[in-house]
Amino acid sequence: MPEPTVILDAVAMQRALTRIAHEVVERNEAGSEVVVVGVQRGGVPLGQRLGTLLAGIWGHAVPTGSLDVSMHRDDLDQRVAPNVQPTVIPFDVTGKTVVLVDDVLFSGRTIRAAMDALNDFGRPRRIQLAVLIDRGHRELPIKADFVGKNVPTAYTERVRVRLAEKGETDAVVIEK
Amino acid sequence: MSWSRKHLLDIESLTAEDITTVLDTARAFKAVGERAIKKVPALRGKTVVNLFVEPSTRTRTSFELSEQRLSADIINFTAEASSLKKGETLKDTARNLEALNIDFIVIRHSASGAPHFLARVLNASVINAGDGAHEHPTQALLDTFTIREKKGRIAGLNVTILGDILYSRVARSDIWALTKLGAKVTLCGPSTLVPRVFEQMGCRVTHDVDEAIRDADIINLLRIQHERQRKSMFPSLGEYTSFFGLTAARLARTKPDALIMHPGPINRGVEIDSEIADCPRSLVLQQVTNGLAVRMAVLFLVNGGKGPQEVAP
Repeated sequence: MPEPTVILDAVAMQRALTRIAHEVVERNEAGSEVVVVGVQRGGVPLGQRLGTLLAGIWGHAVPTGSLDVSMHRDDLDQRVAPNVQPTVIPFDVTGKTVVLVDDVLFSGRTIRAAMDALNDFGRPRRIQLAVLIDRGHRELPIKADFVGKNVPTAYTERVRVRLAEKGETDAVVIEK
Repeated sequence: MSWSRKHLLDIESLTAEDITTVLDTARAFKAVGERAIKKVPALRGKTVVNLFVEPSTRTRTSFELSEQRLSADIINFTAEASSLKKGETLKDTARNLEALNIDFIVIRHSASGAPHFLARVLNASVINAGDGAHEHPTQALLDTFTIREKKGRIAGLNVTILGDILYSRVARSDIWALTKLGAKVTLCGPSTLVPRVFEQMGCRVTHDVDEAIRDADIINLLRIQHERQRKSMFPSLGEYTSFFGLTAARLARTKPDALIMHPGPINRGVEIDSEIADCPRSLVLQQVTNGLAVRMAVLFLVNGGKGPQEVAP
């Protein structure tokens, strides 16, 4: 197996997240109306990091939750049942701007499911999407508002996001 | 962890990992039941038949609500109202149902092995909701879920199952599930209802109730199954209560954190004192709540077990 290609190292990942945080602040002047929801699994630690960065800029805590989309997927009868992870949204999303966070944007189906799942918790004022990597190959009309890095990929390649929260060194790599 | 089974027929054939997968998945579904919107679209467009050839209220209600909360379409059959009453065989009934393109059959039947038979002759997924005195897998899964939720673990716990073991499908399923997960299971009741042969399933058998519950972390009471006993297995209900009933005096001699379970329906004053059934150490109603979550998890997992066995990215 060839060595995986590194797209982002730890420093570049941190820089990308910081830039995303500033873009979120620029887009949303009223920081008190913004909540962050990370999509299980890769989006959850990134959502927590983004929440911390936003809190540092705004000077107040930013509510941060996690969302599992397994029960809302559109391919449940075509695959082994997914591993359902906890959904923890200990705040009301109604009327808020929800920044959905995921690690890699690919087909867009996870985000479609996430928007459906989020609706069960209330009616957000608006939903914005932040992703660390946009690798293309969309199958649905979905576009991210904030992107850490656009990475053209072949459909068969795998993009892996390694995170310190999972016991690895921060990095994004492509495996052929 | 991943689940690749198309049916849930019994606990005996599951691995400890399978059981843990159900329990972990059920935790997520329990959270769904606590939301304002308690419904998810996981089984949208799927049809479930609840084929209850033997009477049941709580299991059928629990399955029905689980299916509704997964957005499935539901058909209910009961023995009294179906063509089984007119002499149709189970196989014909099931094949007629399948001709309607159904996806799941949840079956309760008085004959042991009926779900296994359906699984052989049908394409639909089969879920055993209780077959004769054989197994009642979803009850064992909800019992195990409730114990793990309260005690944080299963392995190493002392679980005493007290009552009619011989005729109880709940007991058999519970024994399989608990021993696979590493609990130490003690069975107790009249020797006619708790024969020594159960030691072969890895349990301890005793006929002294005070000894059986003294070190228990969980006391699981089972109902006397009048309907399955062909002859009288003990002299009288009164004598059963005085020898084996869980009374306040007996409970006072157990570990202070021992918890009480009962799959229902309860015969108050027979296997358990009425006030104990309602005391804070009783998990009876939590078992009912958890039953929903566990049944949702089973339907969700079995649905995935029907598809091609590859894991999507």
